[in-house]
Amino acid sequence: MANWEFGSYVFMLAAFLGFELIRKVSPLLHTPLMSLTNAIASISVVGAILVSGDKDATTLSHVLGFIAVVSATTNLVSGYLITDRMLKMFKKREPAQK
Amino acid sequence: MNFEIYQPLYILAAFCFIFGLKNMSSPATARRGVISAEIGMLIAVVSTLMRHEVVTYEWIIIGLLIGTVIGIPLAILMPMTAVPQRTAVSQACGALASALIGTAEYYRRMPHGFTMVALILETLLGFLTVTASLMAWGKLQEVLPGRPVTFKGQLFFNLGILGLAIAIGIAIIVSPESTYLYPYFVTLALIFGVLLIIPIGGADMPTVIALLNSYAGLSACAMGFALDNKLLIIAGALDGSSGFILSIIMCRAMNRSFSNVLFGGFGQVVAAVAGKEARPVRSATPEEAAGILSDARTVVIIPGYGMAVAQAQHKIRELHDALIKRGVDVKFAIHPVAGRMPGHMNVLLAEADVPYDKLIEMDDINGEMAMTDVTLIVGANDIVNPAAMNDPTSPIAGMPILEAYKSRTVMIIKRGMSPGFAGIDNELYYMDKTLMLFGDAKSFVASLVKEVAANHN
Repeated sequence: MANWEFGSYVFMLAAFLGFELIRKVSPLLHTPLMSLTNAIASISVVGAILVSGDKDATTLSHVLGFIAVVSATTNLVSGYLITDRMLKMFKKREPAQK
Repeated sequence: MNFEIYQPLYILAAFCFIFGLKNMSSPATARRGVISAEIGMLIAVVSTLMRHEVVTYEWIIIGLLIGTVIGIPLAILMPMTAVPQRTAVSQACGALASALIGTAEYYRRMPHGFTMVALILETLLGFLTVTASLMAWGKLQEVLPGRPVTFKGQLFFNLGILGLAIAIGIAIIVSPESTYLYPYFVTLALIFGVLLIIPIGGADMPTVIALLNSYAGLSACAMGFALDNKLLIIAGALDGSSGFILSIIMCRAMNRSFSNVLFGGFGQVVAAVAGKEARPVRSATPEEAAGILSDARTVVIIPGYGMAVAQAQHKIRELHDALIKRGVDVKFAIHPVAGRMPGHMNVLLAEADVPYDKLIEMDDINGEMAMTDVTLIVGANDIVNPAAMNDPTSPIAGMPILEAYKSRTVMIIKRGMSPGFAGIDNELYYMDKTLMLFGDAKSFVASLVKEVAANHN
């Protein structure tokens, strides 16, 4: 099976799975959800590492790859931290209603 | 096929992402979901570093460190009211990363066939999302005018630019060696990103932010095809579909189509019509309003973007506490598109320690509206405008609203009588049972809290 064919099957299944999972998320959590999926999209750091660390990388790919690593990592770290910060705030009910 | 350790680890990472998203369905399990997604990302990064193709580490490690050093304070110091802006910036970062990787790969390999198609898609989506997200950031941060900017033939002009970018993209796919075309392609993609956001007004931001989220994901996904990396395809597809479905939910909540949000220039044309003669309204002082609130049995609070602007969420929670103490049943009614991004109001109220089981969705609360003694509207306008149901000629006709007009008394905290985002007058203000509470949301609610507490003694 050609790579593109295999990849397209993976894409189709993952996209459907995404639709089904996201539809079930309560609107209450839409903001943390967006920030989590945003953080997951910083998986592009994997691509950045592969491109800039490759043995036949050119100077251009070193430079662009480096910028990509920095911006993807920024996104990754801040994305996860802020999602967790937001979710910590969602409490069922205060222990003692004043 | 020779085996490498990263292969099963990538599968494990993909599992962690999916498991993480699944746990986001309920606030009770959501934090577990984030941890799972974090573990997935850690596995993905570490196993990539272990791949034998990766030989130079210095710059990667420095890049990871710099990113972490920038990322931590960004997440910790960010005030919750700035979450929509932060989301826009982070989308720009993510899209920039995948656009640059695509560019680097193109110049290094100049591949033919399918890989080139994927690279063009990756860079097109990546670059246009970079400028579009920065424009969205500008509008949310109010360094750019929030009103939509439209001009004649805008749609054709924009589509022309996009068409030209795609045409050059196809030319590059056909002959990847013509590198002189690539800068034009990038420039057109960047310009299209700017043009995409210019006609979009502030209240449509929830849809647009979600849509840009989707583009950034799809760009990472295209990178997965270009690098033949299934983990990137899966993570990108999850993000892409999540952003897409959120923007559909937002569009539905406004009863508008995608093309209407993207090219409608909503709220500009109608603004001119709103200059009618002034009609009488009833207004009330904090003392009077607090008296009515204290005597009510059920109160529903409807927050809107004005609450976020005035930073009134903490005072509103104090009001909620004071009323609860008097035995009043207080709930919050949340419209799906209230605020500037999906779920914006929920995050702000959660930050102010309002328990999340008090935040009720539109479809669930509307049935209770007729039995509600008082609705208190803080900084919301179009999402409670009965014209959406009654007036078929209204620009917001058909948009589902919170049916505040059904409650026995309606109170509206507002700075003045200016119309809302859609630029249309609100019938609700002139109803006999409506009391206008003029003033800044934060200080007005503060005086309400004081009065309610004083009534108690």
